[in-house]
Amino acid sequence: MFFSPAIRRRPEFRAGIRDMSSAALGIGAWGLMTGVAMVKSNMSVLESVAMTLLVYAGSSQLAAIPLLFAGAPAWVILATGFCVNLRFVVFSLHLRPYLMHMPRWRRMTHGYLTADLSYALFTRQYAAPPATLAEQQSQEAYLTGNYFVTWCSWMGMSLLGIALANFIPQNWGLGFAGVLSLVAIVCSMATTRLRVLAALIAGATAVAAHALPLKLNIVVAIGAAVLLCFWLEKQFGLDPDAEDDK
Amino acid sequence: MSGITDLWTMGVIVGLAAVTVLTRCFFFILDRPWGLPEWAHRALHYAPAAALAGVIAPEIVMTQGHLITTLHDARLYAAVVGAAYYYWRRGVLGTMLAGMAVYLPLHLGLGW
Repeated sequence: MFFSPAIRRRPEFRAGIRDMSSAALGIGAWGLMTGVAMVKSNMSVLESVAMTLLVYAGSSQLAAIPLLFAGAPAWVILATGFCVNLRFVVFSLHLRPYLMHMPRWRRMTHGYLTADLSYALFTRQYAAPPATLAEQQSQEAYLTGNYFVTWCSWMGMSLLGIALANFIPQNWGLGFAGVLSLVAIVCSMATTRLRVLAALIAGATAVAAHALPLKLNIVVAIGAAVLLCFWLEKQFGLDPDAEDDK
Repeated sequence: MSGITDLWTMGVIVGLAAVTVLTRCFFFILDRPWGLPEWAHRALHYAPAAALAGVIAPEIVMTQGHLITTLHDARLYAAVVGAAYYYWRRGVLGTMLAGMAVYLPLHLGLGW
C-alpha cells in the first residue's frame, strides 16, 4: 500500500508511478466524465461521492446508473456489476502467484486497487511471479506505484466531475478519452497474431451480441475469442509461450 | 439537478463495492492452493485482450445500442488514429492525445 514508507522508498515505486503517469490523463478524463454522468443521471452528490470512493470501477458504475434509475432489483444491479467485472476474475487468476506470499488483507487491498491499466502494466513489466524476497518487494513496490497514480487521478477527477457536473456539457464527449486509453492497452496486449485475432473476435462478438442483457455480451465475447483461439492454436500446433517470445 | 439520497441506493452502492473486491480478488481470497487447470493457463493468453476489446468495441461503433450506419462518426477516425499512433510511437498518453486531437474537432466542429 502507498501508505507504507518501506514501499514508497523503493525505486520501483517511482518507476511504477513514472510508467503509469502517461496514462493518468486518460484515466482522469474518464473519471471526470463518470463523475459528471452520475450527477446528471439524478444521483445525489452524497451517492455519487460514495460510489466514486467505494465502487472504484468505472465501467460497472456506468452500467449500474441506468439500472438504479430504472428501479431494477438490487440483485440484478449487483449481477450486472459482476458480469461487467468478469475480466477482473481472469486478471485475479493471473495475479494470484504474484500476491499469494502476502497475508490475506494485504493481497486483497492490492487486488481491490488493481484496475485494468495497473494489471496490464504490471504483468507486462514482470512476466514471471517473484522467486526471491527481493523480487517480491520490488514487484509489490512497482504495482503500488502503478495503482497509486490510477487511484489518485481517478478519484481526483471523478470528484471534480461531481463538483462541476452542472457546468460540463456531456455532449463534449470527453469520456471518449478513456476509451482511447483502453485502445492503447489492447494494442499493448495484442502482441501475437492469435492475440490480435482474439481482440478482433471479441470486439466483433461484443457488438453482435450487444442485445444481451446484463452486459453478457462481454462474457460471450471473451468465451468466443478464447475458444476459437484455442482451436486455432491446436490446428496450427502453435505453442503459446513460444508465440509470446516473438 | 441532483436527486435525493436514499438508503436503498446507498445499500446497492456498498454491494457494488463488495462486487469490485470479489471480482478483483476472486482467485486469491482463499489461502487454499489452487491447481490451475490447463485450459485456464491457456485462457490467460487470450482473455485479457479479448475482455478489453469486448468492452471498447461497442463504445466505438455503436450508438444507443445500434451499430452506426454512417462514416460521419468522429469516434471511428479517433480510434484508428489512436491505434496507428500506438504502433508508431507506443505510449498511452500519446494515443489518447492523438485520438482526441482528431475526435474533438470532428465531434464539436462538424457534429460527427
